[in-house]
Amino acid sequence: MTTQTRAAEEGMGARLYWAAADCWTIVLRGLTHYVRQPSNLAWQLGFPIVSVLLFGYVFGSAMSVPGGGDYREFLMPGMFGMTMAMGFMNTAYVVVYDSARGVTDRFRSMPMSPSAVVTGRGVGDLIGASLDLVVLGLTALAVGWRSSGGVLDTLAAFGLLLLLRFALIWIGVLLGLLVPNEEAAGSLFAVALPFSMISSAFVAPSLMPDWLGAVARWNPVSSTVTASRELFGNPAAVGDTWVEQHALLMSVAWPIVITAVFLPLAVRRYQRLSR
Amino acid sequence: MPENAILATGVRKKYGTKQALDGLDLAVPAGMVYGLLGPNGAGKTTAVRILSTLVRLDGGRAEVAGIDVAARPRQVRRRIGLAGQHAALDEVLTGRQNLRMFGRLFHLGKRRAAVRADELLERFDLVEAADKGIKEYSGGMRRRLDLAASMILAPDVLFLDEPTTGLDPRGRNEVWDAVRSLVARGTTVLLTTQYLDEADQLAGRIAVLDKGRVIADGPPESLKRLIGGDRIEVVVRDPASLSATAAVVARVASAEPRVEEAAGRVHAPVSDRVAALTEVARTLQDDGVDVEDIGLRRPTLDEVFLQLTGHKTDEKAVAEKEGARA
Repeated sequence: MTTQTRAAEEGMGARLYWAAADCWTIVLRGLTHYVRQPSNLAWQLGFPIVSVLLFGYVFGSAMSVPGGGDYREFLMPGMFGMTMAMGFMNTAYVVVYDSARGVTDRFRSMPMSPSAVVTGRGVGDLIGASLDLVVLGLTALAVGWRSSGGVLDTLAAFGLLLLLRFALIWIGVLLGLLVPNEEAAGSLFAVALPFSMISSAFVAPSLMPDWLGAVARWNPVSSTVTASRELFGNPAAVGDTWVEQHALLMSVAWPIVITAVFLPLAVRRYQRLSR
Repeated sequence: MPENAILATGVRKKYGTKQALDGLDLAVPAGMVYGLLGPNGAGKTTAVRILSTLVRLDGGRAEVAGIDVAARPRQVRRRIGLAGQHAALDEVLTGRQNLRMFGRLFHLGKRRAAVRADELLERFDLVEAADKGIKEYSGGMRRRLDLAASMILAPDVLFLDEPTTGLDPRGRNEVWDAVRSLVARGTTVLLTTQYLDEADQLAGRIAVLDKGRVIADGPPESLKRLIGGDRIEVVVRDPASLSATAAVVARVASAEPRVEEAAGRVHAPVSDRVAALTEVARTLQDDGVDVEDIGLRRPTLDEVFLQLTGHKTDEKAVAEKEGARA
């Protein structure tokens, strides 16, 4: 049996085949987690759903949208963006979990495709994020949110949200390889919360103090949220700064830049495990 | 399969300023359990990580199943199994799901991975727990499943890095039985341990590591002979009679007797075994000492280690390690 396997594993074509097959096995592993632990999804979504209720109903009446428009309409794309932005913590958590328990070492000692650990993580996380968006979208519809954009625009908006999540996977992998244990990964929340909140997700940057507004405007989360608001046809409270005027461009550019910087860093860190 | 399943010559590895391996030489004959014995920081885990292709060596040369680990790690990975210090399992999945996933990642294909998972569950006595989540497994069951996962490809060489650390005696026995049955099927096992009785129980040959190199190696018996012959050991009921007992033992002993007050035990090496035993037994009886137990025994590996390195196994470090794990 093994001689057959060995012969079949030589060559470029076979390598690509196994890279894809191994990636899929890792993706299936992630999906099995959702099946075996549906409560995980509940935890993952609990925060944005509670935020919808808090911001939409508790603070909502005190919130105003510059340029007019319904606050809950304004809020929902922000909620989608926040969930995508905080998703890197899930990535980091699983990476830490695997290395702390020796699962990463087991993978590395096996004849599997080395890239599959990372690509499988990426594809799995995107599937998970799509699930998040489906559940959040339904919640949003339930509280009265609507997309007045066309089907393509609406899909493009969700595509931009997933693009942000994709870029942040590499930050998640890198952080997961850098932090020592799961507790430390949990404390990343202290970074993730301001990262997602100091943006246009909940409040228009023009309502913040000048310096904070500038930070919020240049936050990649803001570009994605503003661009998706425009595509959904929701009130977007777009200011007149360059970065707000070019939200669509920036919502593509930011993820490309983030990926270009952090993907190589994450790969290098992974390779350094063998130092 | 070459004569030596593992062959390392002058392997060096430095972490920062610490020389973890300082010219490690190792020759492990195929088909046996080879014990790497040493305290924390002796270089056992580094040796396993280099031989199992996880970490690159700085210098020297290492072959596993006749293949150079530095030059052809992918080929080595098809011939080895690794069970590290943690049960490297996905705790959310069931035992069966874990084995199937690893089987597919070993490129068995979906069907064969499923068949192999069933075989291994059977062999490691985990059929009943197969569809339970790992979270419900005991420590011993986890380690057995971990061993099963490392056996999916029926490896030529299996690395077991402290496979029973943190287990209770029952879990330890379960793992020992599993290891014995693997070796009966011809797998070569490199076992690291800081439990001296574990090496004694399982290994056909032992190398003692200290500061990144082998300071002694051979069958457990010859290592024990190396530090002198048998010892006489007396356990008394009344601690007050310990010093009198030590004096009696000293008359027949070839070295100063050691007194362990807490255990009420006196022991010392002897050359003429039977004469020493009868002499001590008779004298103690004549003196009216209340003897609970008296006998001859071979030295423990703890004593071997003390003799070879001049320092004790680092019990504090061991305790800290276990504490961190609990």
